[in-house]
Amino acid sequence: MTTANPTIVASPDTGIVVRLRSFGRYTKRNPSIIGGIILLLIIVAFWLFGTLVTDPKDAKDLAFAPPNNKPSFENPHPCYNSDNPRTLCFSYDGEQRQHLLGTDRLGKDILASFSEGIPQTLLIGLIAGSIGTITGTLLAFIAGYYGGVIDALIRFIVDTLQTIPGILILIIIAIAWRDAGGGEMSFVQLALIIAMLSWLGPTRVIRSQVLVLKQRSYVEMARLSGMSGPEVIIRELIPNLMPFIVANFVLAVSSAILASVGLEVLGLGDFSSNTLGMMIYHNIWYASLINGWWWWWVPPIVVIVILFVGLFLMSRGMDEWANPRLRRRV
Amino acid sequence: MTYDYLARRLGMFVAVIFVATSLNFFLPRFTGQDPIATRLELLAAEGISTRQEDYQFLVETYNAKFGLDQPIIVQYFAYLSQIARFDLGHSITLYPSRVSELIRGAMPWSIGLLLTSTLMAFAIGTLGGALLAAQYGPRAAFEIIFPPFFLMAAVPYYLLGLLLIFFFAFELKWLPLQGGFGSTTLPDWADFGFWLEVIRHSLLPGLSIVLASVGFWALGMRSMMITMQGEDYMLQAEAKGLRKVRIFFRYAVRNAVLPQTTALALTLPHVVSGAILVERIFAYPGVGLVLYDAISGFDYFVIQGIVFIIVVSIAVAMLVIDLIYPLLDRRISYNPA
Repeated sequence: MTTANPTIVASPDTGIVVRLRSFGRYTKRNPSIIGGIILLLIIVAFWLFGTLVTDPKDAKDLAFAPPNNKPSFENPHPCYNSDNPRTLCFSYDGEQRQHLLGTDRLGKDILASFSEGIPQTLLIGLIAGSIGTITGTLLAFIAGYYGGVIDALIRFIVDTLQTIPGILILIIIAIAWRDAGGGEMSFVQLALIIAMLSWLGPTRVIRSQVLVLKQRSYVEMARLSGMSGPEVIIRELIPNLMPFIVANFVLAVSSAILASVGLEVLGLGDFSSNTLGMMIYHNIWYASLINGWWWWWVPPIVVIVILFVGLFLMSRGMDEWANPRLRRRV
Repeated sequence: MTYDYLARRLGMFVAVIFVATSLNFFLPRFTGQDPIATRLELLAAEGISTRQEDYQFLVETYNAKFGLDQPIIVQYFAYLSQIARFDLGHSITLYPSRVSELIRGAMPWSIGLLLTSTLMAFAIGTLGGALLAAQYGPRAAFEIIFPPFFLMAAVPYYLLGLLLIFFFAFELKWLPLQGGFGSTTLPDWADFGFWLEVIRHSLLPGLSIVLASVGFWALGMRSMMITMQGEDYMLQAEAKGLRKVRIFFRYAVRNAVLPQTTALALTLPHVVSGAILVERIFAYPGVGLVLYDAISGFDYFVIQGIVFIIVVSIAVAMLVIDLIYPLLDRRISYNPA
């Protein structure tokens, strides 16, 4: 529907550039989105910085001497001393290396672990979030638009499954999957397991929006002018619900990451990966809090907090953007 | 209350439990093999000499009960009839104990911790959210106090728990690091000192749940209160010259609190799943810790038993909340008009 006519540039249906620019103007009135984007950019910058200054090999188990390899009273952690926070440590091939964030009990460089683990964690969120949002949107349109028995069935399944704490179902799936795979599970498998439930939220929320939108006169008009069901959904409903679907996607990514960190902390993660959840798991396993190894447990907590707060601000801001009725009340 | 509504609500209740039970049975088997049988046979084959007979016995009981040579549908009905009698089987790692005994021992701890902290968070958050939306009073103060809670609501409970352990238990040494009571004390519920000890031990786990969920309730309440503000009955109450306190509590809060209660029912499953990890972090002797140990020890019967019991508890709680709605809000009436 794009027109070259410059007089209607302000209409919402003109070109991606104009849309982006108006979105940019809008974010000035919506500090949540900007705040969320900034926090997420900080995480990405931290990851990029890590990949620039560290070697991926340093993120493997026993690349370096673990902190209490040769403990002594004066220096309980050979790789860390308080006079020089940029710690020095020997790798097992004898090379002397500096560690910006120190090394952990598993003998990994902590910064190198982050540069491997941050994209893994984000990938889990993106995989599970995309599968969940796409499946959920599809089901929501089928249920909301066609109604009847299909709608009742989909609603019943969603209502029932949402009553059961998701993590319990995920635990049963994950433990069975892990054992079937001989005790190993990759982080992509973890993402797929989480995707099995991540469609519930989007289905429920988007369906109710479809029900509202279905009553609008332009949808009625499209139907009367002979459009078929799928055509109405693709040409009228989906474009109008796009902001809403995007807002739901952010929420789905956030809850997928939350679920993955939860499963990993319970010991149902990928032990060969360095995801943020696995870092927390190892920290708890080796009781780094009580051992005073603060340089090991502080960074993952800080990164996870920034990540979740960023996603939270972003999904709140997006909600406001997608739902103009909320805008006025800010 | 109409019978029709009651029937539908009870139908939902039965469905939830039925679905949970079926998932419990089918999910471990969806990989094509029965991981429970595999696990048991493995243990029986390599079991440490003294326990070998135990495992052998478990394998035999398991086979006799479910008949692994039977078609899966027969096994399924055997499982259903067993669950219906609340027979959850034996634990694999803690062999002679029954799963139901383990859960019965841990349940009071979890319920005590969760109920107290959730209700506290709900009360503080709801009141705070209401005051945030109020047009008078120390609103500015609340606007400074509450934003950190909104951010904390985005952080998982157990991470807050870790920070609390570090500051209050490890650095300041005000409160115990972990456990439900001191490692050297014997549980004696008749002793008042023991109660105090239990409360001291549950302060930090409880606090991490309260801190992380106050913001959630406050946000929900605030937006409900703001929606109320334009309503006709609010204008009318003001026009009548009622006192502001009365308008606030009897007109705004009373009406805004119902969606909050609905949210309480809906978020119950999330509270429970978050608490599993809190119990793990604090080594708190509740159901979450038993579940964690079962996961590390491949103790399928315990895992399945806990999943079943938690789902039943949540379904019951949601049913109760749904049925007490009319007491809270006269607009909702189950009587035919």
